[in-house]
Amino acid sequence: MRVAGKGLIDRSRSVPFEFDGERMTGHVGDTLASALLANDVRLIGRSFKYHRPRGILTAGSEEPNALVTIGNGAATDPNVRATTQELFEGLTARSQNRWPSLRFDLLSVNDLVSPFLGAGFYYKTFMWPRSFWEKVYEPFIRHAAGLGALSEESNADHYEKAFAFCDVLVIGAGPAGLMAALTAARAGLDVILADEDSQMGGRLLAETHQVNGMAGADWAAQVVAELAGMDNVRLMTRTTVTGAFDQGTFGALERVSHHRARADGLPRECFWRIVAQRSILCAGALERPIAFPNNDRPGIMTAGAVRAYLNRWGVVGGKEVAIFGNNNDAHQTARDLTAAGVKVTALIDSRADADVSGDFPVYTGAQVVQTAGRLGLDSVTIDQNGKRTKIRADVLGMSGGWNPTVHMTCHMNGRPVWNEAIQSFVPRPDMIPGMTVAGAANGTFSTHGCLSAGAEAANAVAQDLGKKAQKIDLPQAEDAPYRLTPLWAVEGKGRKWLDFQNDVHVKDVRLAAQENFRSVEHMKRYTTQGMATDQGKNSNVSALAVLADATGRGIPETGTTTFRPPYSPVAIAAMGAGGQAAGFAPQRFTTSHDASTERGAPMIEAGLWYRPSYFPRAGETHWRQSCDREVNMVREAVGICDVSTLGKIDIQGPDAAEFLDFVYANTFGTLKVGKVRYGLMLREDGHVMDDGTTARLGENHYVMTTTTAAAGLVMSHLDFVAQALRPDLDVQIVSVTEQWAQFAVAGPKSRDLLNGVLDAAIDDDTMPYMGCAAVGVSGVEGRLFRISFSGEHAYEVAVPSRYGESLYRLLLAQAEMLGGGPYGMEALNVLRIEKGFITHAEIHGRTTAFDIGMDRMVSQKKDCIGNALSRRPGLIDEDREQLVGLKPNGASKQLTAGAHLFNPGDKAERVNDQGYVTSVCYSPTLGTMLGLGFLKGGRARIGQTVRLVDHLRGVETLCEVCDPVFFDPEGGRLRG
Amino acid sequence: MAKLIAKTPCEGLLPKTIGTVELSEVVIDRAWSVAPFKGQEAAVSEALTKALGVGYPAANRALSKGGARAIWAGAGRALVIGAEMPDLSGLAAVTDQGDGIAAVRIDGAGAEAVLARLVPLDLRAGSFKRGHTARSFVNHMTASVTRLGPTSFEVMVMRSMARTLVHDLTEAATGVAARAV
Repeated sequence: MRVAGKGLIDRSRSVPFEFDGERMTGHVGDTLASALLANDVRLIGRSFKYHRPRGILTAGSEEPNALVTIGNGAATDPNVRATTQELFEGLTARSQNRWPSLRFDLLSVNDLVSPFLGAGFYYKTFMWPRSFWEKVYEPFIRHAAGLGALSEESNADHYEKAFAFCDVLVIGAGPAGLMAALTAARAGLDVILADEDSQMGGRLLAETHQVNGMAGADWAAQVVAELAGMDNVRLMTRTTVTGAFDQGTFGALERVSHHRARADGLPRECFWRIVAQRSILCAGALERPIAFPNNDRPGIMTAGAVRAYLNRWGVVGGKEVAIFGNNNDAHQTARDLTAAGVKVTALIDSRADADVSGDFPVYTGAQVVQTAGRLGLDSVTIDQNGKRTKIRADVLGMSGGWNPTVHMTCHMNGRPVWNEAIQSFVPRPDMIPGMTVAGAANGTFSTHGCLSAGAEAANAVAQDLGKKAQKIDLPQAEDAPYRLTPLWAVEGKGRKWLDFQNDVHVKDVRLAAQENFRSVEHMKRYTTQGMATDQGKNSNVSALAVLADATGRGIPETGTTTFRPPYSPVAIAAMGAGGQAAGFAPQRFTTSHDASTERGAPMIEAGLWYRPSYFPRAGETHWRQSCDREVNMVREAVGICDVSTLGKIDIQGPDAAEFLDFVYANTFGTLKVGKVRYGLMLREDGHVMDDGTTARLGENHYVMTTTTAAAGLVMSHLDFVAQALRPDLDVQIVSVTEQWAQFAVAGPKSRDLLNGVLDAAIDDDTMPYMGCAAVGVSGVEGRLFRISFSGEHAYEVAVPSRYGESLYRLLLAQAEMLGGGPYGMEALNVLRIEKGFITHAEIHGRTTAFDIGMDRMVSQKKDCIGNALSRRPGLIDEDREQLVGLKPNGASKQLTAGAHLFNPGDKAERVNDQGYVTSVCYSPTLGTMLGLGFLKGGRARIGQTVRLVDHLRGVETLCEVCDPVFFDPEGGRLRG
Repeated sequence: MAKLIAKTPCEGLLPKTIGTVELSEVVIDRAWSVAPFKGQEAAVSEALTKALGVGYPAANRALSKGGARAIWAGAGRALVIGAEMPDLSGLAAVTDQGDGIAAVRIDGAGAEAVLARLVPLDLRAGSFKRGHTARSFVNHMTASVTRLGPTSFEVMVMRSMARTLVHDLTEAATGVAARAV
């Protein structure tokens, strides 16, 4: 219900929303949680394991219970904390983990059998029979236990990633954070102030304390306004700093638009990487519950949350409120409620000596020992010196003290230290390099203490970074001492909940200790305490206190579990922002791309490039028809293929020749200017790295080509060699892949075609086989290489990329007049297999020059990378798998790549393996399927028959072992 | 004889105005990679200065005078943009690059915010000033990033990635613009 005259909400503006199909109204400034409380909704969800009815426990991001699903269909967001979800018009929320309905949930039967479902239950029970785990147990458990569900639809929302830099990052905008940011900003530092809330001010928004004679919220607003007016300050609301990483880098999740209806182009979230020279952590503190019997009924909240709902949102979860605590801070809740006219039925303080006064019944030295109310609290039973009293209450505010939020200080594996006075952990200095912790996060709980700690921390940072410390007039603020006597668990009948989100109670922790899971990390795994989306924010300290008690050790000795990023959950969509679908990697398009797609060519990915598979013509219904036609076209007339994707590397310098001789297995120093040579490049380990042709354009100028796949690899390899292995050589290497659009013109009519586009005609004398020259191409300065990957009389013609599309269209037009046309990757592959030319299907990283029959290319007249290791006996063993050609010679005519080879009489088993098939095609030229593969001692087995077995596809074919060059082995066609 | 038609890398993709940001193609006519041979950096710088008015740039710096520019492009290498390259034979490896690069200008109040979504560098005016340049990333692409003015930047990527560059810049600018509404 709403409380008149309270809260920072705008009561003049109503906001309609929906919860579980019911239409309700809240106000601007409400969270979903505060609006539900205003609508008298206390039951929000069912618990993870036992399906216990649960309500709202907290007023912040630590909320373990009030998780809801927002939105529908692909736009579904599960596990949204109602306590942080801002209300907006049209918000639809659904409760989770219940069936058929929230009030009547069939699986709450789990709660009745709960004595059997304690910690370790699954480990002990579902061990046997083994086969039941996947089929029976796991699906059942997954169905029964759980949180919200994903839509399983593709996410159409837009997410963002971004980078930010600053001198000092202030994390948290409560009194300490505001003061720190203000001080640092006035000192002239570049400041980022990040806060997870929609409004800055932290606890000041939830308290009635005055700061400098005004309401805390007003003072906060004043400071925020000053900061907003400064150029050196960036204010980031709704931004949770989620992790501290190396070099002053922080992850931060900004919830950009969860608080409004979806709008075009607006990201849902932005995942920031913030790099800061220094950071000041002012993350505050979280109140811990007390573990008393049945302390989980809807209506039981932390005392600080009750106060926050009253003071910030003007709501209270019922008509009668009781407060139960072990510290002075809890008293403030009772005082605020009374002042607001809310009936406080009891203040129960566990300390006999507590000093409490107020216009409400006070029970000191008393404890809550039982609660009642089926779907929500209606009374509590207290024990005071053995006397039991039942007290009416629909709300119980509990406080076991406050835990400094040390989470982030532990992200680099530091451990916090136990502070006896506040009975909690506080950070040690320098757990994160460059980070100072100030305010409640450091165990300072009064407003005055926080303001002063924030200012001091910022001044220290300012001086450290070479700025002047600022003289700060600290605003007047309360400075009440924080007194508590520890109270972790209250004995009594019923479960005393510790981890509300994972349904772990005191007995579970004791059972863990009893079964010798005594280390805090073991206890965590055994009970699952602290493992849910709230990461045990509400339960860690209490659980380890119970463990310490059960194992007879002190709390500091027991220690904490490890805190890891993220502080609160981060959507994978935010971390992977921009990476959906085509955003996964850049797309590289050739200059001929549009001309290819206009002809209906299906494009295939080759690395980041897109290349045409084939060019279907009218009447062709299968890729093979197009492919066969294109192969015949190249063999009989002329074909055009964009080969710009091959790597092109410009190599210049007085030592260019020596450099090439070092990186290539064969010799390039002897290559004449104006000539091209095929080159084989080895890795240091003697295996083949890549192959390609290199042309000598001038005495000290070469241009190397690489395969498409290895272009980047070879470029970085050459850079490495030049910088690290041969810094003595004066050579410069630069990629020119993108500078030149290059097209293969292949076929018996290739020269006729080229003579139609070149400024000066060529013949065998001016452009012999393996020649190269600068040429004029329709008035543009280009390059011509007479090289062939098809076995035909062929050229590659290159022009600056700006002319690429134009030249491609011109070449196609010319080719079509000669009975030719474009050919794609499929035809290119057939053409090269017919000729036994290798690709990375053959030089796949495990083959040597010896294996592919190019051992003699590894020149022994000079040294080169890979030479020494390529001579190892094992790499030149005659029994190694060697490149051979394969042709079907039995009843089956099918060859498949990836199939293995066996001797005809052997069983097709691993131990009998003789080799494997790397490439296959149907050769329209030879009218049969052809294959390339590696066969043990293959070169000596030409003419023999081997058995090809493809276990995966169920193919079995007898093959004749042949020379890998199937077509025109003399190379007469090449030379035209 | 047919005449070949030139096409710029971003033809048909730009210009665009998104929110406060304008994306436009920087048309590069002639550009070269200049990589001085051993010990020739000073001589190269002198020759360039004489011919173009800009010398060989220091690491992470971009020089510009008239129409000529020299942009540091990595260890031992600069990209020189201008009308005519002086004869540097024997002094440096000079390689045509005028067709290998897609260059885009990002102008406007939101330029820094847009690039903050794509470039992992500290581009604040105080640390990345006019005339500063860096080899870095634009989203997944290796790129050259240069500040041209208080609210102006230039990014260069491989020509073949022009569409991805425009796509990524558009996405980022759209997100930034949508927040302002």
